[in-house]
Amino acid sequence: MAVTIPRPAAPAAPVQAAPEYGTLPSYRGFLSWLTTVDHKRIGILYGCTAFAFFLLGGVEALMIRIQLATPNGTFVSPDAFNQLFTMHGTTMIFLFVMPMSVAFFNYIVPLQIGAPDVAFPRLNAFSYWTFLFGGIFMNASYFVDGLPDGGWFGYVPLTGPIYSPSMRIDFWMLGLQVLGVASLAGAFNFLVTIINMRAPGMSLMRMPIFTWNTLITSFLLIFAFPSITVGLILMMFDRFFGTNFYYAPNGGDPLLWQHLFWIFGHPEVYILILPAMGMVSEILPVFSKKPLFGYPFVVYATVAIGFIGFGVWSHHMFTTGLGPIANAFFAASTMLIAVPTGVKIFNWMFTMQGGAIRFTTAMLFAIGFVSMFTIGGLSGVMHAVVPIDMQHQDSYFVVAHFHYVLFGGAIFGILGGIHFWWPKFTGTMLSEKLGKWTFWLVFVGFNLTFGPMHFLGVDGMPRRIYTYSTFQGWSGWFGYDWLGWNMICTIGAFIIAIGILTFIYNAFHSLMGPKNAPNDPWDAATLEWSLPSPPPVYNFRVDPVVRSRDAWWSWKRRRQAVEAGENVATVTLAGHELGHVEFEEDHPSEEYLAQEANFTHGDPSTVHIPNPSFFPLIAALGLVTMAVGMIFSYVLAVVGFLYLIVAIGGWAMEPTG
Amino acid sequence: MVSIAHEVQSAHAPAHGAHGSHEPSVLDGPLSAPVGHHLPTTTGLDSRKLLMWLFLASDCMFFGSLIGTFMTYKGRSLIPPSPHEIFDIPYTSVSAFVLLMSSLTMVLALAAIQRNDPIRLRVWLITTALLGTVFIGGQYYEFHVFYQEGLNLQHSLFGSAFFTLTGFHGAHVTIGIFWLLYMTALSWTGRLNAEQPLFIEIAGLYWHFVDIVWIVIFTVVYLLP
Repeated sequence: MAVTIPRPAAPAAPVQAAPEYGTLPSYRGFLSWLTTVDHKRIGILYGCTAFAFFLLGGVEALMIRIQLATPNGTFVSPDAFNQLFTMHGTTMIFLFVMPMSVAFFNYIVPLQIGAPDVAFPRLNAFSYWTFLFGGIFMNASYFVDGLPDGGWFGYVPLTGPIYSPSMRIDFWMLGLQVLGVASLAGAFNFLVTIINMRAPGMSLMRMPIFTWNTLITSFLLIFAFPSITVGLILMMFDRFFGTNFYYAPNGGDPLLWQHLFWIFGHPEVYILILPAMGMVSEILPVFSKKPLFGYPFVVYATVAIGFIGFGVWSHHMFTTGLGPIANAFFAASTMLIAVPTGVKIFNWMFTMQGGAIRFTTAMLFAIGFVSMFTIGGLSGVMHAVVPIDMQHQDSYFVVAHFHYVLFGGAIFGILGGIHFWWPKFTGTMLSEKLGKWTFWLVFVGFNLTFGPMHFLGVDGMPRRIYTYSTFQGWSGWFGYDWLGWNMICTIGAFIIAIGILTFIYNAFHSLMGPKNAPNDPWDAATLEWSLPSPPPVYNFRVDPVVRSRDAWWSWKRRRQAVEAGENVATVTLAGHELGHVEFEEDHPSEEYLAQEANFTHGDPSTVHIPNPSFFPLIAALGLVTMAVGMIFSYVLAVVGFLYLIVAIGGWAMEPTG
Repeated sequence: MVSIAHEVQSAHAPAHGAHGSHEPSVLDGPLSAPVGHHLPTTTGLDSRKLLMWLFLASDCMFFGSLIGTFMTYKGRSLIPPSPHEIFDIPYTSVSAFVLLMSSLTMVLALAAIQRNDPIRLRVWLITTALLGTVFIGGQYYEFHVFYQEGLNLQHSLFGSAFFTLTGFHGAHVTIGIFWLLYMTALSWTGRLNAEQPLFIEIAGLYWHFVDIVWIVIFTVVYLLP
């Protein structure tokens, strides 16, 4: 029996009532961005800022590659080279991959779980401003005393007061502290949001996989960051107050820094890769038109990676002489963590198997992620073997390894995510043609840059050297001194740069064009695609009701079933069961109509929208003033602290509307 | 035909009804008022309380790292005095007892606001803050004595590790004291409603955590040989 759905022919005439902004004025233009507490706008701010830092870190990488292209390079001085590799690593990790992941957390997670915003919108804005000021503060070192030059790992005693008396390391360690506050505040916020603000019916095992990865990443952050915070505090005390923590003549132990750093540093590796894994786990099912293969196993594998990730840190320290028992333990745990990672890789492959695959740009990046990350993962397992690691330590083989997991992994995932969610972020479509150019340029350039580093590494080329001679065998093919693997690497780096420029052109071109992106251009699975592109400020007009995993796929199939009058209780896709629905026989229920209202954007909602606020920006300024004061004048640090207290007081008293 | 706008309204009605009895207060908009906190949360736990639990979990790792540093350096200081030449364990035991008793008064404060007894709430909040202040005063005196005997932050590895660990704990207690005084002031000016024991509960979580950390620090730093 056919069912007629009493759908409104035209949504009720749009009501032009202003959205409720509580008691504070709603700012416009530039001020509206300074005061925004909207998770979508903060996501855009995070994304744009992180991308700007990506370009900065990329230019640093290109300068490194120009210097190393030929033997006896003179493009930069040895001192400048130290600054370049330090800030390349620090920038890419703390100022690009982490905040870019947070940009996706911000924009996507509340939409995926059907929430109006994150749990603490002003704390979220505070995270952003703190990140921005921390990044600027760290790089401002350039104008004072040169950029930090102690490596992204900042090993003592090199970074101690004796061997680094300049202010460079002060900027680095205080900048990291400020960035740590931003990361922690953000992680607390996403944890509370995901645990407490899921739409009705969204149990943990119905959560989108990207949200799962956000949850685990945030747990890693709150448990890993305190360790480096303490490490940095001890370093700060050593440098500013003359304590003895890393000062060997008084019994201090530089290895303590390495432990504190890597207890943070190894979970950090998973903080960098898990968000990208989450994005890939969203992209592959959509473009294969199949649900994620073995969803529970992917979830359990993510949780397992989160746990084991805290038990492997000393594999960064095999050459420090920890002894055979510690080495054996950490070798075993490192091999063990490859198991859940391998589980995920097989799940991604089985997701694609038998699917109706569409090779969009996002899908290409996702497949590139799976293949390149596997290469990086395999060389990672090699490093679990202590004798091999001792050979590879501090060689270009290690550089090749971690670029295959961080570039071939994290950045491929992020680029895939950008191409996937771009219509949702901006309301415009990227050119698929330019997108494919981007992918192939980045893919070829990436392999040309980092593939040969494996050979250079096993050939004995050390990391962090500013140049090498013609006699060392890392150049000089066919009788030409300038020709060799290093030159190939440099050419590859410039091909990557051309690929990134193609993306930037594509982005601007698309932003100039019409805002005509449909709500759901990819026939995607999760709730953010049920909303207009970009979504209205209040997100959902009513709480979406979730009845199964892949809620939006399930909803679309259910709607088809309702329209066709089929009395099915099970929703399937490509032969895979998505979930069960409770079917209404005679007429669409109130719930059904209310849900439809979410998806046919018309009148403004009555959903409560939090007030904009200046206080997050003001408080973040207080924090960075403290950091500046620690270097230049303790009086300024105290002023910054008092200013922060006043800002928090004002924050606490401000009505949220 | 029913308009969508009507559907939306009716879908919202129960949620508004659910918090109809909630008295508005300034604390509806403080530091961490979450979006839609008038709506039931997924877990039923208030988002601000959950935030405090997560913060304390993270703070465990913070103190864990500091205590781990102290343990690593135990007995490795090359310059006297050694810990047991300088510690006055009976004295510190008394000040630890004072801090532990403050957890009891904190619980009494929470019980008072739950019974809608603002007078006793303020009495117990101030008592808790006073006990905390006695502890901090004791710590200040102890630091002063050690300093007189030549032990300071720069003197030796033991000095660095000891003052850093106990100093960060003292800073936590100090923040807690100011927090309790702030809550007292709110109660005094009538802005802390009897319906909101949550704010006392959250402050209490923090306070108890700081006490528990002191039990660990006291054991590890003072008692372990």
